[in-house]
Parts: sequence; C-alpha cells; structure tokens
Amino acid sequence: MLTDERRPAPAAPPPPVEATRRRRRRPWLTIVAFLSPALVLFLLLVLTPIVVAAYGSFFNWNGFGAPTAFVGLENFHRLLVDEIFVGDLRRALLLVVLSLGIQVPMSLALAMLLNQPLRGRRVYRMLFFTPFVLSEVVTAVLFTMIFSPNQGLANHITRLIGLGDLGATWLADPDTVMYSLFLVISWKYFGFHTILFLAGRQGIPQELHDAAAIDGAGPWQAFRRITLPLLGPTIRLSVFLSVLGTIQLFDMVWVLTGGGPIRSSETLAVTMFQEGFKRFHVGYASAISMMIFLISLTFGLLYQRFVLRRDLEGAITTIGDRR
Amino acid sequence: MTHATGARRARHGALQLLSILVAAVVVVPIVFGILGGFKDNGQLFTNPFGLPDPWIPGNYVDALRSSAFWQQATNSLVIAIASTVLVVGVGAMAAYIFARYAFPGREVLFTLFAIGLMFPFAVAILPLFVLLREMNLLNNPLGVVLPQAAFGLPITIIILRSFFRGIPAEVEESAVLDGCGPFRFFWRILLPMSRPALGTVAVLAVVGSWNNYLLPLIVFNDSRWWTLPLGVQQFQSQYSADTARILAYVTLAMLPSLVCYAFAERQLISGLTSGISKG
Repeated sequence: MLTDERRPAPAAPPPPVEATRRRRRRPWLTIVAFLSPALVLFLLLVLTPIVVAAYGSFFNWNGFGAPTAFVGLENFHRLLVDEIFVGDLRRALLLVVLSLGIQVPMSLALAMLLNQPLRGRRVYRMLFFTPFVLSEVVTAVLFTMIFSPNQGLANHITRLIGLGDLGATWLADPDTVMYSLFLVISWKYFGFHTILFLAGRQGIPQELHDAAAIDGAGPWQAFRRITLPLLGPTIRLSVFLSVLGTIQLFDMVWVLTGGGPIRSSETLAVTMFQEGFKRFHVGYASAISMMIFLISLTFGLLYQRFVLRRDLEGAITTIGDRR
Repeated sequence: MTHATGARRARHGALQLLSILVAAVVVVPIVFGILGGFKDNGQLFTNPFGLPDPWIPGNYVDALRSSAFWQQATNSLVIAIASTVLVVGVGAMAAYIFARYAFPGREVLFTLFAIGLMFPFAVAILPLFVLLREMNLLNNPLGVVLPQAAFGLPITIIILRSFFRGIPAEVEESAVLDGCGPFRFFWRILLPMSRPALGTVAVLAVVGSWNNYLLPLIVFNDSRWWTLPLGVQQFQSQYSADTARILAYVTLAMLPSLVCYAFAERQLISGLTSGISKG
C-alpha cells in the first residue's frame, strides 16, 4: 500500500525469513566494518582530548611531556579568585542579556516583517542572511577597518547623523568595547535567527489567523495569542543557540580585539587560549576548558530537560529513554 | 474604500522603508569593503561613502598577483573538500548501521556521538594540539582535516540516521531479496536515495571547514599551509596602517562565500538552518 511510506519506518524491522538468513550470516562483520572508522576518529580526536583536558586540569603542566605535578583542585580554586576568569563570566552574561534582550526580539520582529506581502521580500531575506555566510574572521577584520578611528566608516556615520564622536574609540575603550563587539555579533547572526523565526512562522497554519481575524482579533492580538505561543519551540531554540554560541565565542573576539584593551573584552575561550598557547600554563588553561565544557553541558542538559523537552524529539537527554 | 487602500499603502511604504534600512545595515559594511579596496587611504578619509574617485585597482591587482592569496584559497578549498568527503563518507556508514541494524549497545554508542555535539573545538583545542604534536601532524593538512571530520561526525550522524530511518524498510528488503549485499545496498541504493540529507550535511561541513580559524591557527605555523581566514588575519596585522590594502584583501577573501551564496542561496540557507537547528 502506498500509505505505508508515510508511516515512520521502524528501526530494525523483522525482514522476511530468507533475507534474515542472508543478513544473519555475518551481521557483525558489517556492523564493525561500517562503524569502526567513525568510532576510531571520534574516540581518538574528540573523546581523548576531552579526557586529557579533564586529566590535565588537575596538574601544574606546561604541555610538554606527561603531566607529573599533581595539584588536585588548585587550578579550579585559582580560577574562582582570578579576576580575569570571573570577568569572563560577567562578560558572557552581559552578551547573553544583550542577545536575549535585543537581538532575539529584533530578529523576531524582522521575521514578522518578512512574512508580510512585501515587494522584494525574497531579496531582503537573502540579504539579511548574507553575513551569516561570512566567516567570523572576515567579519572581524572588516569591522576592525570600519571601527578604525580615521578611515573607518563608523565615525563618519555617527558624525553624519549628528552624534558627533559618540563612540570615537569603539574598540579602544574598555567601556565601549563589549558593546561594539555585540554590534558586530548581531550584524553577523541576526539574519540566521530571522530565517529560523520566519520558517517557524510559515509553519503556522494560515487558518488560525483567518479564524482569529473573523472573530475580530487585531494584528497585535493575533500575534500575542497565536503567533507567539506557536513560535515557542523556535524561540526556545534560538535562545539556546545564542547562549551556547556566546559561551564558546572565540574567533570574532580574538581577531577584533585580541581580548583587549587591557583584557577588557576577553571571553572564556580567549583566556584559555592566552593561558595555554601564549603562557604555556596548560594545566590552568585545561581547567578553563573544563569550565567551558561544564557550563555548556550543564546549560545544554538543563535546558533540554526543562525547556526544550517538549520540542525536540530525539534530543540528547531523551535518547536513552527511547530504547 | 480609497481611505482603506491609502492606509494600506502607507503601511506598506513604512514596512518597505524599514526593510530597506535593515538591508542597508547589512550591505553598507560589505560595500564599504569592496569599494574601499578601490580607494586609497586619503580617499577613505575624505570620501568614505561615495564611489572611488579615481578608481585605484592597485590593491586588488597586488593581492591577485601575490602567490600567497592563491595558495591560501587553494589550501582552504582542498581542506574543505577533504574534510567533507571524509566526514560525510564515514558518518553515512555509521548512520546506516545506527538506522538499520539492531545490536546490544547501539543506543549507548549513538548517545556517545550525540553528546559530542556539546564539545566545542575550544574545549578540546589544547589537548588536541598536544595530541597532534605527538602524532606529528602539526604543519600537516591532515592535522586540520581529521579533527574537523571527527568533530563534524555527531551532527552528520544524527541528520543522516533520521533520514535513513525514513526510507521504507521494503526498499532494503527487496534489494536483499534480489541478492544485494549490505555494501552494495549502501552504495548503490541508500546513498543515491539520500541526496537531500547528504546535501545538508555537506553544506555544514564545507562551510564549517572554510570558516574554521582556531584549528588551522594552532596547527599551521608554516605559512605554506595557511587557509584564507589565517591569511586575512595575518595580512591585517602585517599592513595594519594600510586600511585600503586590507579592505581589498578581505573583499577577495569573502568573495568565494558570497559567490557560492548567490548561486546556491536556497541550498545554503536550508542546509545551514536545518542542520544547525537539529544540533
């Protein structure tokens, strides 16, 4: 029957007797042959490094030879009183708050805009997404030039719209650098979130809005009572990706500011890189790696358990239950 | 009636204006880069917004004549292709097993891969460096290709497994009845049937590799192997005072991405959004 195709195929259906016999002959050989390349690659280059980082974080280690000077939890203890590390956490929080408070709502609004019957909608959609295709490095170098005090574009624009030298220093001032950074991050990533929201919005059946219009709901009411609740899964996903991206931010900051001026824009990953690759405090840097990992993992698991649970079928925390 | 259409037109105009404004925010920096490459530093200061006057192609010509630029573009391309072929090939094989074979421990193994999604490069980069040094893979393109493929496996396997599961079991049964072994079924039937999903994971792998910075940064000391992101960043620190020259180089570096995007907009958007959302 044709309808069979619409049913999700069971994981391993019992094949007809003859086929079963044929496959049973050497199923293990097939399984091992197909699975082992991926497994070897993954164990060697993903899991081993994580385990080594975990192990190394308990040592005073410069990265050469095996770690020998066991120091217990001292690296982690030092982290908690390290001004830079605590600052990293504070700055990550600032970026998260700015993203959730400004970038996500703005993307949502733009998605609603692109959902209108607008001339040139396809072109706008394409343009908004463009920065997401560029690498963080190219974006960062481009904006370094834009923020440059004399030849840069940013100061010309603020002067043009009558703000004078509002942010004349942009990246050079510890007080403004994080906001300039946020500006560049938003420039690169808002289009991605807009497209996510747009896809979510277009997945809402038009009948719901038609029915609401017949019942006399205005556009705002329809947005508030229909669109927003039904976009819930997409919003939660967008927030999730923003937060994880912020915790792991490196390329953009490293190229744009190098963490400066006077370490005022360092992120967790930048501090880790400085300690590990510039100062050869590999043990200490490993402890920072582990913190990034633990923060991401804790956030990811908690978020999936409590917020995304109803949205994502097959998410990490539910995979085990499906057996 | 005329009132209603008038109001609608005004609203439409306002929305149009807003869209143009946002589009300008996106376009202006990029166009500033492209045009800036045709100016000199004096023009950048006195005439930041207008067209170059006169047009000075020297910075572009210099960059295009330098062997460094072409070398970096080639390296980026070769590494992206190698990583993609590896991760899609190896990932598809594993996904096939996870989708079609029942064996004890399957879900545990699959969960292991899935948890890999939570491991960003930044966490593993230090030990990875130590490991690659021990394996003699520094200053070797394999030192970038292999880890990139390994870190791309989780998302590749997750996407392909769910796609493979959607292919009706009858297809495999009839193939097996016709005497088709698992290898032939995988290569001749499953993969050709899975083009859309393979496209998604390939887009993710190519873009991820093309844009990767951190890993090439620690693996390649030798400028012979630099990829474009490394090259751009080095170029910027080398010519830090010469804005126009840097703008020309950045423009050339972003051109391949922009051209690909212009030609394969739909595939890139759907690949990147659906791929990343599933992670």
